[in-house]
Amino acid sequence: MRLVIIGNSAAGIGAVEGIRQTGSQDEIVIISGEPYHTYSRPLISYLLLGRTTEERMRYRPEDFYTKNRCELIFGTAAKVEPESKRLTLSDGRVVPYDKLLAAAGSVPFVPSFAGLGGVRKKFTFMSLEDARALEAALGPTSRVLVIGAGLIGLKCAEGIFHRAARMTVVDLAPNILSSILDAEGSEIVQGHLEDIGIVFRLGRSVASFEGYRAVLDSGESLEFDVLVLAVGVRPNTGLFKGIVKIDRGIVVNSRMETSRADIYAAGDCAQGTDVSSGQSKVIALLPNAYMQGECAGVNMAGGSAVFDKAMPMNAIGFFGLHIITAGNYNGEVYCEREGRNYKKLFYGQDRLNGYILIGDVEKAGIYTGLIRERTPLSTIDFGMICKRPGLMAFAREDRKVKLGRPSEVVETGDMGVY
Amino acid sequence: MRRVYVNEEWCLGCHLCEYYCAFAATNGTDMARALRDTKINARIKIEENDQISFAVSCRHCTEPYCVKGCLTGALTIADGIILIDREKCIGCYTCILSCPYGAISPSEDGAVQKCELCARTAGEAPMCVKGCPNEAIVFEERG
Amino acid sequence: MAVNYLYPEYEVARNYDRCIACRVCERQCANEVHEYLPDANKMTCDDSKCVNCHRCVSLCPTRALKIVRSGNTYKENANWSRKTIDELYKQAGTGGVLLSSMGNPEDYPVYFDKLLLNASQVTNPSIDPLREPMETTVFLGAKPQDIRRDNFGRLLTDIPPHLKLSMPVMFSAMSYGSISYNAHESLARASEALGIFYNTGEGGLHEDFYKYGKNTIVQVASGRFGVHKDYLNSGAAIEIKMGQGAKPGIGGHLPGHKIVGDVSRTRMIPEGSDAISPAPHHDIYSIEDLRQLVFSLKEASNYTKPVIVKIAAVHNVSAIASGIARSGADIVAIDGFRGGTGAAPTRIRDNVGIPVELALASVDKQLRDEGIRDNVSIVVGGGIRSSADVIKAVALGADCVYIGTAALMALGCHLCRSCHGGKCNWGIATQVPKLTKRLNPNIGFKRLVNLMTAWQHEIKEMMGGMGINSIESLKGNRLMLRGVGLNEKELEILGVKYAGE
Repeated sequence: MRLVIIGNSAAGIGAVEGIRQTGSQDEIVIISGEPYHTYSRPLISYLLLGRTTEERMRYRPEDFYTKNRCELIFGTAAKVEPESKRLTLSDGRVVPYDKLLAAAGSVPFVPSFAGLGGVRKKFTFMSLEDARALEAALGPTSRVLVIGAGLIGLKCAEGIFHRAARMTVVDLAPNILSSILDAEGSEIVQGHLEDIGIVFRLGRSVASFEGYRAVLDSGESLEFDVLVLAVGVRPNTGLFKGIVKIDRGIVVNSRMETSRADIYAAGDCAQGTDVSSGQSKVIALLPNAYMQGECAGVNMAGGSAVFDKAMPMNAIGFFGLHIITAGNYNGEVYCEREGRNYKKLFYGQDRLNGYILIGDVEKAGIYTGLIRERTPLSTIDFGMICKRPGLMAFAREDRKVKLGRPSEVVETGDMGVY
Repeated sequence: MRRVYVNEEWCLGCHLCEYYCAFAATNGTDMARALRDTKINARIKIEENDQISFAVSCRHCTEPYCVKGCLTGALTIADGIILIDREKCIGCYTCILSCPYGAISPSEDGAVQKCELCARTAGEAPMCVKGCPNEAIVFEERG
Repeated sequence: MAVNYLYPEYEVARNYDRCIACRVCERQCANEVHEYLPDANKMTCDDSKCVNCHRCVSLCPTRALKIVRSGNTYKENANWSRKTIDELYKQAGTGGVLLSSMGNPEDYPVYFDKLLLNASQVTNPSIDPLREPMETTVFLGAKPQDIRRDNFGRLLTDIPPHLKLSMPVMFSAMSYGSISYNAHESLARASEALGIFYNTGEGGLHEDFYKYGKNTIVQVASGRFGVHKDYLNSGAAIEIKMGQGAKPGIGGHLPGHKIVGDVSRTRMIPEGSDAISPAPHHDIYSIEDLRQLVFSLKEASNYTKPVIVKIAAVHNVSAIASGIARSGADIVAIDGFRGGTGAAPTRIRDNVGIPVELALASVDKQLRDEGIRDNVSIVVGGGIRSSADVIKAVALGADCVYIGTAALMALGCHLCRSCHGGKCNWGIATQVPKLTKRLNPNIGFKRLVNLMTAWQHEIKEMMGGMGINSIESLKGNRLMLRGVGLNEKELEILGVKYAGE
């Protein structure tokens, strides 16, 4: 069998590892839109920061493709013909497949600002190419304007802060990181970033660009030398329009199967169920992408795997201030705040729904576990675990299983091969 | 595979496992010289209250969320042992977010740290096990 | 504040070059000797609380600690030792009876150390225990006076009940209450593994340990705590405790704070109530009374179990033993004045009773002289420290020995003699959960098995050297002993010749 994977990032790599886990000898072809060995996309900001190198940011070792016997094709998929099971690349090459995985990730969303066409030094921040181009454009006197105070915009801002003379971030939302933080949490992180020297214009949008001058809807105009557009991303689903069911992303079940047989989807372009809320969502995060990809891979190779533990979760840090969040922010609230240490737990109906930790993030995974496993809070000492995440809050017998028996027994219902 | 198992019934909360762990990380030959005037940050940690204490370190899960979620590929499994390539780690803490045991922790140099079963001293019991005075931490094969 | 007359007896000597301030000493000391000073990142200590139990010394990972005798001294006085002076000050301060634990530590003669063993040379060859069978099995109980046959000439074997041991050593009576659950479990499991016996002491038997019944001796003492029919039938033998070597003539007292939870249930007395064992059995004032209890217990256990009568070694021990041998008891146990205790008045422990070596020799001789030696087996305890002591005791006439202190030392006891405080740092003589968990029976039982296995090897080695291949052949074989540094009277009582004779 010939298993074809569109995408060379976390979901695609996860699929390769999933396929090989099963002992499958099937042929694997990876179509990579970028002419590189697989690299970790979120690391591009760390690359600019100098915390990693192109060498070290490889997501897998040099010999990954040969070891896993994959054919890596650099090219862009242009057309899928599900009836004849053929994939055509933009350069005309044809790749037949038996099973196909859509793992093409997401693409930056760039709104149409008036006058944007006149800005030559404008960049999105998704790929190694983007990072290299941005780096080349920066000089010691560069004034940088970042549109978008989300994860990508701020990671980018952190990555190039030391290379820029001035850094301004504009966002339509009144708070930074509004997709992962509540207002109070945003304020803490914003304070930290402002202390570092980043300037924010929040609740504002760019009305127009006049050369290298952005005019905000408030009337204020900001001069800049380099523009970063980080407004958001969209699932990269265009290729599959009319072929499989697409909502916001390609809709998949817990086996990563799409509405059409032999086509699977995983990662940022897929839309699955969020275990914390039960809602169907695109969860565009690397851990999720890998695990979806791995699950898809196992199933493509004829194994049987289920991944139903996806949820929004983020571990991110800016200039030494760490943030970990997971789940959804509905329900009753437990809150602690001391300086820049901030903790908020959201719970209801005997379950933990989500949490936000800023500063002290130690053992955050214990909270994540409660959400992921839908642990009834009545079976643990919730009062204790609110104050301090720890196994202490579990019943003695539960702890015995967690610490005394092999993990495979513990992690029932886990993602895995059955 | 042999793993570290914890029996809280016999844990004394003496914290020696933490010190032996920290000592192992120094590659030193004399604990006094290696750890005097330092503040340790061990990869095995005691949780305790007035009545109960127990040590927690990496369980070396066979389906590890930390490895699967690792942004950089710094966490890998080799022969059942979950290893961390600290050169590759950029300290994003996604593993801390993922680990349901709270067994991965930050370290001084920005990278995360975790128990690697004293992988360098292959075959022998990890130092925390050797240092436990009451067999509350054991290294064995369990079905 | 009143004048403190007492200077700490010990000092904690900390080598600050090696101390890493890991605080294990602080965490492991129930006496709260050590303290961490966060500002200085240094350890400090209060020597006055130290009982010299060595828990901190043993657990210190960098060997930064040792305990030394405090250098402080009173004006030298051969008559008034430091100990005597300190005790006097203590009593003047409190008005109380001094309490002590474990065995008599005073400088009385140890007769085992004045007896030397024989070995074969030339005329009767020694035996190599690694090449030839060497029997250490012993049977305890009354032996038939003569060989009896039925009308067809067949041997009659309906002898009274016996205990069979793989080697002539048993763990002596230590109650659940005076020692911890985990200590009891260690003793019970080791006895099972070794094929010997441990003894419940006067505290009843925890229900968890009924499964070790075939290696258990259940004790009935003057308080009758925890005694009921199932208890009597749960063990392999029943011991009536008349006295204890550490405190002959007085009863026992387990304070109410140790009567908690399972201890209270096992003893069948309310939580928090003091467990007072009277000095005498209130129904025993004569050998005839004793006989009644012996037979009551035999009746209750359907004559299936040997009955042991344990007495302290006191002045007229041989006459008492003679009476016991006629009371229907199967085994007489003699506890010497060095025997241990969980708590005893210091003056009693240090001044009452006689050495077990002399008591044993005299009892064995008396029973032989009266022709009733086979009525009973003799077990001696109170001061057995090594396999050599075992061999010497057997040669003096014992069938078997009891060890208590030695067994506890295998479990970690460092002879700090603070059992009565209830805060045993080794988890042995305490009921505090945080402390009892320090004794993991999985480790404890292995250490007991190790100790006994080592002794058994040594016993075989010494027997082989003497050209004896069965422990029964050594019993009462005083020709295998010679005395050194003993006077005529001592030699006469011990029934041994002087070295060179």
